[in-house]
Amino acid sequence: MAMFIRVEVDPQVAGQADLVKKLVEVCPVDIFATGQDGALAIVEQNLDECTLCDLCIQACPPGTVKVVKLYE
Amino acid sequence: MRFYEYEAKTLLRRYEVPLASFRVASTPEEAAATAGELGGTVVLKSQVLSGGRMKAGGVKFASSPQEARQAAAEILRLPISGQVPRSVLIEPKAPVAKEYYAGVIYNTLAKRPAIIFSDMGGIDIEEVAEQHPEHLTQATFSSLRPVSDYKMKEVVASLGITGNELTALTPILSRLARAFLAHGLTLAEINPLARLENGSFVCLDCHVDMDEDARDRQGALLQELGIGREETRQARPPTPFEIRGAQIDAQDTRGVAGRIVEFDGDLGLIIGAGGGSLTLFDAVRKYGGRAANYCEIGGNPSVSKACELTKLILSKPGVDKIAVMMNVVSNTRVDIVARGVIKGVVESGYDPAEKIAIFRIPGSWEGEGFKILRKYGVEYYDRSVSMDEAARRAVAKMQTV
Amino acid sequence: MSILIDENTTFIIQGITGREAVNVTRECLNYGAKVVGGVTPGRKGRDVYGVPVFDTVRQITERMRVDASVVTVPPAFAADAAMEAIEAGIKLIVIVTERMPRNETVQLIELADQYGARVIGPNCLGIISPHKSKVGGVGGPAEDTRKAYMPGPVGVLSRSGGMTTEIANTLTAAGLGQSTAISIGGDPIIGNTYADFMPLFEADPETRAIVIYSEPGGTMEAQLATYLREQKSRLPVVAFMAGRFMDQMPGMRFGHAGTIVEGKADTSAEKIRRMREAGISVAEEVSEIPRLVRERLG
Repeated sequence: MAMFIRVEVDPQVAGQADLVKKLVEVCPVDIFATGQDGALAIVEQNLDECTLCDLCIQACPPGTVKVVKLYE
Repeated sequence: MRFYEYEAKTLLRRYEVPLASFRVASTPEEAAATAGELGGTVVLKSQVLSGGRMKAGGVKFASSPQEARQAAAEILRLPISGQVPRSVLIEPKAPVAKEYYAGVIYNTLAKRPAIIFSDMGGIDIEEVAEQHPEHLTQATFSSLRPVSDYKMKEVVASLGITGNELTALTPILSRLARAFLAHGLTLAEINPLARLENGSFVCLDCHVDMDEDARDRQGALLQELGIGREETRQARPPTPFEIRGAQIDAQDTRGVAGRIVEFDGDLGLIIGAGGGSLTLFDAVRKYGGRAANYCEIGGNPSVSKACELTKLILSKPGVDKIAVMMNVVSNTRVDIVARGVIKGVVESGYDPAEKIAIFRIPGSWEGEGFKILRKYGVEYYDRSVSMDEAARRAVAKMQTV
Repeated sequence: MSILIDENTTFIIQGITGREAVNVTRECLNYGAKVVGGVTPGRKGRDVYGVPVFDTVRQITERMRVDASVVTVPPAFAADAAMEAIEAGIKLIVIVTERMPRNETVQLIELADQYGARVIGPNCLGIISPHKSKVGGVGGPAEDTRKAYMPGPVGVLSRSGGMTTEIANTLTAAGLGQSTAISIGGDPIIGNTYADFMPLFEADPETRAIVIYSEPGGTMEAQLATYLREQKSRLPVVAFMAGRFMDQMPGMRFGHAGTIVEGKADTSAEKIRRMREAGISVAEEVSEIPRLVRERLG
């Protein structure tokens, strides 16, 4: 579905409630959501809306969140 | 947004502008019954959003219910400027001694509301302005203070009018001005404003336009008049393609990707923004291109909006290619538009390199945008190619197909 | 020199925490502009890229000198915000908001007149004096703005925000810089029209020519033509007219709210005729503008 952007989140971050909450809050285009079990869910149809603002990368420990440009 | 005459009169009645006791009928039978109740000779007027009703045969007189039925039947069948009448307005025929004109507009250079008055009513006011300027007068007034009677008195008196006429006309102008300010109107016009044989005044016809952008504030009035959200009241009704464009634009609040107007060419246009679209549409025409549509993209729309707009344009029969062009963008992002358009092309089942004749949007995030375009093999240009040159190349590509 | 704003201009942003306002704040700061505060009711104590946020305009004007305000609040609140800034004593009000009701625009302009304040817009992208400051989103991100604008002798006045930058960029590419460029607003009624800015450019020794971007609708081009004739202006004017196709489609609105052909006087053909009569050079396309400016500069 997503043609331009992929987001990779370290499984450790994806299971930490406080970081999940932060990611959901900071993303201006709602790429992150809280799944049923409280774990991180990626909203597939919003991925291509990513504005490359890097706020998700800044919200988590270095290297744990990666925004991949599929066109590079 | 133009009001029907019966809506305009309903509004003016609230401001105690003198009116004949008008009714509205939507069938010949209703018209006959109403004429019977009113008695005497009545006038029946087609309710369409256009001027020139008299000339078009949309205004008739009747001196009996039978005549009224016949007249209403003819009026209701008669489209005027392509519009089918919504109903007929019926009121007693007034014995007119003299006709005046009163209008309120904005003087856009003075940036104030202005009252215009003439003692030559019943004809087009632009004609009076050109041929009889000495019969026309106008003055601006405050939009912050309540409307003052003396302002209106000065205006009427400046044409040499005195006596009962002056004292009777003054409050009518004030009331018209109050209605104008209170309801976000851009035009409130009484023409003719008639002095009857008995010396009293009555508004025979009026024209009211409301500012599109005032609609939110005027919900109560619009509801009372029964004017729904979906009524755009543009110069012509929107086509299904245009309605779908408006829906796409409304799907989220991020930026504009719509304001579509349909044409019958083969080159789909994804262009922006306010001024850029006008410039590019001119350029496409100048080089002999046949545009399939006009549109505007601006304010940094979402990827999905640009994508849906692209899909809509590609779905239009006869569209061979699309040209994606804008002026140097400041807040709209090149990469976001590139993503949206390419996604729309791919989801429509086409190859972006084939389907996009040209992509010329320089500016904000262009580096990122150009990477995307290269990856999909789309012919793109930066700011070194002018808007006109981009349009010329897009049109040339259509001709070599 | 420049008009209206320079490197010392201090300004605030009303509605600073909104989606687009946050961008504008960052872009202005990166361009070196002095954004000294912002207002969003209920958000006092926060900051946007280091710019402190307050609840009211007076909370800022009581503390420091504020030369200008950029109003970027939703249409329903824009007139109120502008009036707050005017009554707090700010003399330059840049209204970015689009779709403001016209009766409210007129009211705030009348108030501004009473207070001796100048209103730019509504529906504009602001003002830029290249390499000195920009007040508003005009030009976009600082790095893009630097590509499109450079200092020089041309004043730019445009009814379209986007075309302000397109024209400046065309001039810059041809080696013609700008003294000040103003996106004057796309609405039918705006605080200042072309002619209203002319005395300021007239008084600025650096400015030696004016370029305007115009559209069908309204009479501000005719007003400019009259001004040039009556004032015997020293400044040559080059104009570009977009939307010529609209002459064939009266009553249809394209582009900005102010762009609609209602009578003969506001068609592009009639406007071009009047401008040429007043000695304005009318470009057939944007890329012609630099050549016409050079011709007129002599």
